[in-house]
Amino acid sequence: MSREILQVSGLSMRFGGLLAVNGVALTVKEKQVVALIGPNGAGKTTVFNCLTGFYKPSAGSILLDGQPIQGLAGHQIARKGVVRTFQNVRLFKEMTALENLLIAQHRHLNTNFFSGLLKTPGFRRSEREAMDFAQFWLDKVNLTEFANRTAGTLAYGQQRRLEIARCMMTRPRILMLDEPAAGLNPKETEDLKALISVLREEHNVTVLLIEHDMKLVMSISDHIVVINQGTPLADGTPEQIRDNPEVIKAYLGEA
Amino acid sequence: MNRHLKSAFFSALLVWAVAFPVLGLKLSIVGINLEVHGQGPLTLSIIAACSVLMFLRVLFDKQWSGLMKSAPKGPLVSPKVSHFLTLPRTQRYIILGLIAVALVWPFFGSRGAVDIATLILIYVLLGLGLNIVVGLAGLLDLGYVGFYAVGAYSYALLSHYYGLSFWICLPIAGLMSATFGFLLGFPVLRLRGDYLAIVTLGFGEIIRLFLRNLTGLTGGPNGISNIEKPTFFGLTFERKAAEGMQTFHEFFGLQYNSINKVIFLYLVALLLALLALFVINRLLRMPIGRAWEALREDEIACRALGLNPTVIKLSAFTLGACFAGFAGSFFAARQGLVTPESFTFIESAIILAIVVLGGMGSQLGVILAAIVMILLPELMRDFSEYRMLMFGALMVLMMIWRPQGLLPMQRPHMELRR
Repeated sequence: MSREILQVSGLSMRFGGLLAVNGVALTVKEKQVVALIGPNGAGKTTVFNCLTGFYKPSAGSILLDGQPIQGLAGHQIARKGVVRTFQNVRLFKEMTALENLLIAQHRHLNTNFFSGLLKTPGFRRSEREAMDFAQFWLDKVNLTEFANRTAGTLAYGQQRRLEIARCMMTRPRILMLDEPAAGLNPKETEDLKALISVLREEHNVTVLLIEHDMKLVMSISDHIVVINQGTPLADGTPEQIRDNPEVIKAYLGEA
Repeated sequence: MNRHLKSAFFSALLVWAVAFPVLGLKLSIVGINLEVHGQGPLTLSIIAACSVLMFLRVLFDKQWSGLMKSAPKGPLVSPKVSHFLTLPRTQRYIILGLIAVALVWPFFGSRGAVDIATLILIYVLLGLGLNIVVGLAGLLDLGYVGFYAVGAYSYALLSHYYGLSFWICLPIAGLMSATFGFLLGFPVLRLRGDYLAIVTLGFGEIIRLFLRNLTGLTGGPNGISNIEKPTFFGLTFERKAAEGMQTFHEFFGLQYNSINKVIFLYLVALLLALLALFVINRLLRMPIGRAWEALREDEIACRALGLNPTVIKLSAFTLGACFAGFAGSFFAARQGLVTPESFTFIESAIILAIVVLGGMGSQLGVILAAIVMILLPELMRDFSEYRMLMFGALMVLMMIWRPQGLLPMQRPHMELRR
């Protein structure tokens, strides 16, 4: 049995009088794919925002490898290897696909001011390595031919793939995808499914995703957590969730 | 038609309301009193003609715009040419050409021309520095002159109290300004947009007021005078050298000529401007330059990727301040005198105008805009009363015809080579 990488317990987020997330708990094991589902407005993205440091949770604990990370700033959490995509694609639209990938490697580059100024061999080497790494992932997501196009001019599905590739540039341990299949056609959804399993099998990435496409969720998740109106509703394997009367009620309404 | 007539009438009236108090009346001193006199009939008839023109223009608005539409219309510069001009490579060649001209300029230009060119170079340096902050990192800084003042006073004070030479003080002044930029940036950079602009404006004024009121140290409103000029490897450009020093013309066995000093100052300014050009050129292609661009586009995405926004913004702010420090210490050395009045808000506004006029992020644009902004008032000394009016008119015309600036630049993209 693999190790638990992320443990969340009693996570609550309060905005003034609104309790958006109330006592959510979830446990993610290494190399698992865990899905977070629930009706619209259930607080899934708020959970994501709490986990990635965009919100400071009002209560609860988030442990990454047993270390508490709640309350850290977004970039600090990202540096610990928890990286996310966004519901609405957030690429740097004026920059090329390649540059988008280079930005994400900022932390791994030689950012010394003077070595950059004088183009020292160390600086050149680090830039070249970054280029190679970016090229590797552009190949993976089939975007090599668009490397020098500005990101804003790419098709929607390509932008989605580029965003995932950009996350991979930071060498993440947990990849959090916020509705990765939204707006994709069936073919692209299949590709996404294949990509996620490649990430897991070949690159040792744990995936946590929010998704409304139930076919996708049921086929790739090891574990599913259901949230309704901010409170956890159910939690289990895809089969258990599929047969859970509570979940069916929350999704379809009272019969 | 009736409606047109009404609005045309009001427009004509508005011309009178605006022009008459400004141009039609004249204050003159009679004894110890100010008296208001009307201007001559010529001015009044010009205003009247203008108002009639305005009346007709508004009255026949429809016909006029129809006429404009039917006329062959296109942008001022064809899109192809303008695209070509914004390419980084084209701009690089133009800049190289300009540098070549700048190098031979002092040996042909008159003394006055070289002096103005030196002033332009100071503003080029300031514009390039502010371009890092505003153009590249997208942080609106209205207190840039504060760092310029810090640089100037760093050199003035070090020279006045410790007798340090210009070349030692230049890096110190840069460092001092950078330190100030860093310290001020820390609390300020969590703000965005308009709020940042207001707070930096406040900081700029605070620095000036500090210098003004710290009378014991800075001489208050009188400032510090008799600041030493830069030397050429220890050779001064004065007629007579101080004790233990040698003059330039004696060392090289030349006739004393005061223009040597002017040319030397010009070359020092050129050196500094070239340094700034080189550094910024490299910055654009360095990870930090890319990070500035990314941060300007999407701060949230940057954070999600592990980039620390505060550090990245701070680096832009600090670097920009550093260049202001260089410019300041050179300004102090050239002028020989610094007073707080040289560092008022209008200076910040002019530097910002240079950056915006040139086209955000464009180095060639900054150079051209600095030339326009400094040369224009010099050439139009006769109309100096209307200087602000001309600035205003220039800005309005720019907004209409080239909202993107004189010569904006496309950023050099990293290319994937296969």
